[in-house]
Amino acid sequence: MTGFLQIIRRDLHLAFRQGMDSMMVVMFFVIAVVLFPFGVGPEANILARIAAGVIWVAALLSSMLSLERLFQTDYEDGSLELLTLSPMALEIIVLAKVVAHWLTTGLPLIVAAPLLAVLLNMNAEGFPILILALALGTPSLSLIGAVGAALILGSRRGGVLLALLILPLYIPVLIFGVSAVDAVVGGFEARAQLLILGGFLLGALALSPWAAAAALRQAVE
Amino acid sequence: MLHRFANPTRFLRFADIIQPWMAVLTVGLGAAGLYLGLFASPADYQQGESVRIMYVHVPAAWMGLFCYMAMAAAAAVGLIWKHPLADLAAKATAPIGAGFTFLALVTGSLWGKPMWGTWWVWDARLTSMLVLLFLYLGYMALINAFDDPTRGIKASSILVLVGVVNVPIIKFSVDWWNTLHQPSSVMRMDGPTIDASMLWPLALMAVAFNTYYVWVMLIRIRTEVAATKVRSLRMKQAHGS
Repeated sequence: MTGFLQIIRRDLHLAFRQGMDSMMVVMFFVIAVVLFPFGVGPEANILARIAAGVIWVAALLSSMLSLERLFQTDYEDGSLELLTLSPMALEIIVLAKVVAHWLTTGLPLIVAAPLLAVLLNMNAEGFPILILALALGTPSLSLIGAVGAALILGSRRGGVLLALLILPLYIPVLIFGVSAVDAVVGGFEARAQLLILGGFLLGALALSPWAAAAALRQAVE
Repeated sequence: MLHRFANPTRFLRFADIIQPWMAVLTVGLGAAGLYLGLFASPADYQQGESVRIMYVHVPAAWMGLFCYMAMAAAAAVGLIWKHPLADLAAKATAPIGAGFTFLALVTGSLWGKPMWGTWWVWDARLTSMLVLLFLYLGYMALINAFDDPTRGIKASSILVLVGVVNVPIIKFSVDWWNTLHQPSSVMRMDGPTIDASMLWPLALMAVAFNTYYVWVMLIRIRTEVAATKVRSLRMKQAHGS
């Protein structure tokens, strides 16, 4: 357990030392969302209709952009090899790194989301459910994305490849995340969608550290 | 069985025997299926002549899914028992499966234009086939993204296993999201609901597509084995032994 916390602390330290880097992801998120009113026109009704979808898609893309660095720097400076040699299970190490990734990117996205929802004229009833759905969904994104981030280590043109690998796997989270918000805005309950998002999170929590650890092992072999 | 054919030389001898048979079966059954489907079977009372697209579309969609499962099984065998041939089989299957999936999407779109009045609808089945195509493309991109070919094969084997866990989840999510495609009328517990005159060409085409897959896969594995030999010969030359 101490090792687990130490890795989280180390990754958070690194993120804060680099300062603006993790803020950049939030800025990308904001700018990507702000582009939509220019693209589809400023009518309040249309924006309110697509608000949940736009915010979720932008969150997916920003989470994916930041994933490339999840293992890349450790892989390049050799610390990944040391981590695989440590007595701790590699699955736990992966989990710790994912937690740190979520704290530095997923959490800021959740904080920024209500502001963007205001800009897109989203119905105020949708705000709490948007935050709740993002809180359940973004950890799943980090977990699934960790598998992709581990697979592309050492490949040519990793970033574009990562998008091709993991965006299709993000689709279920996107569908239920948006549908939860749309249900509440439309006057229904979102219990089922939230339960399914929670189910995805638990499933990803149980399975993806294994897959990511297997991918890391063959990367440092 | 598994270990018997893990030896490339023995496998190639076996492939030499069955490959011509697969070619003959593909051409023969394919011709028979196309004749029955295009000329000898009746037009549908609702869909008219365009029902004939189904004789290509439905087997192609089945094969798209089947190839992904075959690829996953081969990748699992390759990862667990480290059979080089299983790795090659997975690699050889990917483009064939992607081709079948693409064919299913294109024929579906051609069928959709007269039937639904549009080339594309965001219906559950179409969307999941599209996602399946992306999974194939991701696999093929990853396998070719490394300078060391064995790295690519291992990484993409893990990817295809992750994909297999996800395929049912994606399917279920997309079903929830939207549905317009008619439910399956062949694969049902109480037997097929379509007439024998239509079932025969469909079955023949399905078998022909299967033998085509085996045929092309054998050719591709043979090519891969040859390419590996060429690579190791070049390495030997480069090291000046």
